This record gives sequence, structure tokens and C-alpha cells, in this order.
Amino acid sequence: MQPNLMKIVEESNLRKDPLEFEIGDTVDVHTRILEGTKERIQVFNGVIIARRGRGMGETFTVRRIIAGEGVERTFPVNSPKISKLDIIRHGVTRRAKLFYLRDRVGKATRLAERRPKKKD
Amino acid sequence: MPVGLLGRKVGMTQVYVESGELEVVTVIEAGPCPVLQLKTEDRDGYEAVQIGFGKKPRRLAARSERGRVANINGRVQKQKLEAGEELLPKADCEPPVYVREFRTEGEEHSCEVGQDLTVAVFAEQSCVDVIGTSKGRGFAGVMKRHNFQGQRATHGVKRVHRHGGSIGMSADPARVFKGTRMAGRYGGVQITVRNLKVVKADEGNNILLVRGAIPGPNGGMVIIRHTNKY
Repeated sequence: MQPNLMKIVEESNLRKDPLEFEIGDTVDVHTRILEGTKERIQVFNGVIIARRGRGMGETFTVRRIIAGEGVERTFPVNSPKISKLDIIRHGVTRRAKLFYLRDRVGKATRLAERRPKKKD
Repeated sequence: MPVGLLGRKVGMTQVYVESGELEVVTVIEAGPCPVLQLKTEDRDGYEAVQIGFGKKPRRLAARSERGRVANINGRVQKQKLEAGEELLPKADCEPPVYVREFRTEGEEHSCEVGQDLTVAVFAEQSCVDVIGTSKGRGFAGVMKRHNFQGQRATHGVKRVHRHGGSIGMSADPARVFKGTRMAGRYGGVQITVRNLKVVKADEGNNILLVRGAIPGPNGGMVIIRHTNKY
């Protein structure tokens, strides 16, 4: 049997420390950006509204409101430019894609915070 | 030109390069390619290195194919030995699926029969050319084959939405010019893509990553050579 060469190539490129997050989480995404020769960290804060694809092509979308305008950024999950992903709070969600948040403004965009599950 | 390699297109994906940027790459399973024969000006009329790729099960390989890689103790060989002829050196490997030659034309190369060429030959190289057979599309219309616009969907166009329109003038010249682009066989021909960047040459796994697309379907045979375009 031939070794799956595609897998070999992709696995060596996946993150060594997989990002852990869920849809509806409010997060800080720390990205490394190069300015001239200097490297600095930029933080993008918002709610994760979607996660799509798998393997090398997997991405997640973070939405936030900046100056009254909705802004969405899509990051590749495996990008080495993402240095850190801080989860600030978990939101209660009933679907995998939170696109309905795009139609909402103000207070309606809030998600209820998810409490840790009670133990029996 | 230094000797290149034969390989198999595995598929396309994307990888991160050192700077953290994404690079779109084609994965090629390249080599190991045993050197089967060195052709010489004296004996063959030209100079070339003949290499193979892939392993054919011996039960499927014809006797001539097995004889290419090993000395079969047969009638012809005995005749040659009796006549005092010297036998050609053989690679002594499994019969290859594909055999191709690289013309050397008097240039230096350090290949010897039996030696395995690997992707190490491209390790220092920044760019390569890839030669393959493009996907056959059968008898294709002008829109697919020549990127014609076709005709409108509405405004009185009837049943000719994907036609090419006029193919020439009227009573003068009263013929269709040669080379006028029309429908016909499309694809399935040899295509060379030049100057593809080598993203990675992984000798352990016989993997070559080149930037961008290469001709042919996944699993198709390709020839990889050093580029002469800079």
C-alpha cells in the first residue's frame, strides 16, 4: 500500500498546539504581523460565529462591532501567525453558524453565558 | 542540462512557508528513479540517461521489460557472449512502469547505471519545469476550448447559446481561413509548465512540493526537469 503522501505533507503543517474553541465563544485572537522588520502582536477581539473546512483549509470567523459597523475576520486555524487565542467567555448557542447575529444590532447580539455543567 | 526525475502527481494542497505565508502547492511523488542505461554517441548515436519510475509486478512485466533491468540468461545473451560481445551493465532493479530519457549532449553528469536518483537533485534548485499530459476533455465546444463568449441567453437567441458565431466572411474569400478556432478535441496533450518554484524537496518521503498547478489528473505521470528559464 502506498503511504498517503498528501497526509504526510499536510500533517507536518498542522499546528502542534491545536486551537481549542467553540462556536459562540468570545475570544482575543493574537496575530503576529510584520511591520517593516519589526514584529508585533495585534489583537482582534470578537465572537466566533463560524468554523468551516478541515485539515489545512480549516478557518474560523470572528465578528465584532467596531464604531457601529460590523467587522468580520476569517483566520486559518493552522496559521503560524496566530500566536495565541484567549477565550474570554463561552456563549450559549443552538447552532453551528451564528450568521443570525449579522441581522442584529445592540443588545440583541449578546449571547447568554454558558455556565459549567452541573454535576449530578 | 542535468538529469531530472519522473514522478506522479499526488494532488494539490496548501502549506505554510517559513514566513508564515500560505503557499499553494502541488504534491509530486518524485523518484526514486533508477538509472537504467547510459546512451552514448558511439553506440546509440546520441547521449542520454535513461531512467525509470514505479515498480511493475514481475508477473506483468514482459520479458523484454525484465531484460531491460537485469541480465536474463537467455539465448540472445549466450549468442552475444559466444561472439565475444560485452554485455551492457544493468540496473538490477524491479521493472519500472515508466521509462524516459534525458538527453545530455556531452554535458557532465555523475549518473551510473543502477544508481537511484532522488529529489535531492532538486534540493539546491529554486525552480523546475514540469511536463505532463493534460486532462483529456474529449470533443469540446468553442466556449470550453477557446474561451469564446457564446451568445446571449435571451433577446431572440435560439438554440445557439454556446455557439461561436461567424467563422468568416462571404463570397470573398469564399472559404474559411486555416487555423480558425472551432470545436474539436481538447486536452490530452503534452504540456510543459515552466519555472515552478520548489517549495520543498523531502528526500525521506520522496516528496517534491512545487508552487502552483501542474498538468494532468492526480495519479498522472510527470517529468520534472531543471528549468533553463531564469
